[in-house]
Amino acid sequence: MRTLSKLAFAAVLIGLAAPAFAQGANNASITVEQPYARATPAGAKTGAVYMTIDNKSGTADRLTGVSSDVADTLQIHEMKVVNNVMQMREISGGLPIPAGGSVVLKPGSYHVMLIGLKKPLTAGDKFPLTLTFAKAGTISVTVPVQAMGANNMGATPDTGSMGGMGGMGNNNSSGGMGKMEMK
Amino acid sequence: MRARQWILAAFAGLLGFAAVALCIVYAMSFRGGVHGVAPVASIGGPFTLVDDTGATVTEKTLAGKPYAMYFGYTFCPDVCPTTLLDLSRWIQKLGPDADKLNYVFVTVDPERDTVQTMHAYLSSFDKHIRGYTGTPAQIAQIAKAYRVYYKKVPTDDGGYTMDHSAIIYLMGPDNNFVTVIPYQEADASAIAKLKNLAALTPTS
Repeated sequence: MRTLSKLAFAAVLIGLAAPAFAQGANNASITVEQPYARATPAGAKTGAVYMTIDNKSGTADRLTGVSSDVADTLQIHEMKVVNNVMQMREISGGLPIPAGGSVVLKPGSYHVMLIGLKKPLTAGDKFPLTLTFAKAGTISVTVPVQAMGANNMGATPDTGSMGGMGGMGNNNSSGGMGKMEMK
Repeated sequence: MRARQWILAAFAGLLGFAAVALCIVYAMSFRGGVHGVAPVASIGGPFTLVDDTGATVTEKTLAGKPYAMYFGYTFCPDVCPTTLLDLSRWIQKLGPDADKLNYVFVTVDPERDTVQTMHAYLSSFDKHIRGYTGTPAQIAQIAKAYRVYYKKVPTDDGGYTMDHSAIIYLMGPDNNFVTVIPYQEADASAIAKLKNLAALTPTS
């Protein structure tokens, strides 16, 4: 009897633990790395957040929504320049994150667009951002604000070389606004 | 004798072939050019707008100095601030030559980019850069003159973004088209183009 009750107790424990493990696995399946935003020009009503989203699970997922209290509306956008024409489109239905793959949100490509900024983003600031995935649920991250031309790629300033990184501005991410005299 | 005739005929044939090839290359050079940019002669023209201090400006305001002109909008989160930041860095690299040029940021989103918005926005960039806005009809006119593509694209939330040409136009002192700085030009060549443009400034 005692063995049986022990077994039952163990079963209950496992039963309780299983969803917790599943939850943990789910959250661990998607990781958000190196989120950052760029400082915005004075009075600008929009900004952009970049990051790398890794999917370590065997199933595809989708980034379906983003929220933060720094702006009225957040949208997932794709930006591209075709024949020197800049095009920006909202991604409807969510951004696919392939199984075992990763998606990089970076300048000149995918970004989370902040629309209706409540105040300008200033280099050195941080703000919370919550990402919602179709399968993995929600993941909250803290987004540091870097210099206006930051690309988080460690590009050397003033080399003139874009280094094949899609180099949207050559300021080093740690360079700060002080690199250039802003008036 | 016969051999010589053959050689002459072959030579004539070659000449003809070369002439045709040249014509094709010549024709293609007119059709091609820079992507997104119309043939040289047709870029630029009259306009009336208002600058970011509220003053009326026309093509005559810019005459006398070469200038760099970029079309964008302040709601643009990525390409426009990056381009204006690039331009700011290049202006600083020009040193004394910087003052030989005018630099203009023209909005393609006049409904949201008021004089005040443009002025505040440009305070984040090099002080040489001026902002131009106007009525939608005035913006349509300058965009047509400079062969700039722009289009309003509605978003799900009822707002909109703008597709637009992401090129800096470099114009001579007589409002004549010189060349362009395409999107993501490397610093060295962009600065070289601006220095060449500064050299066109009439010495008075």
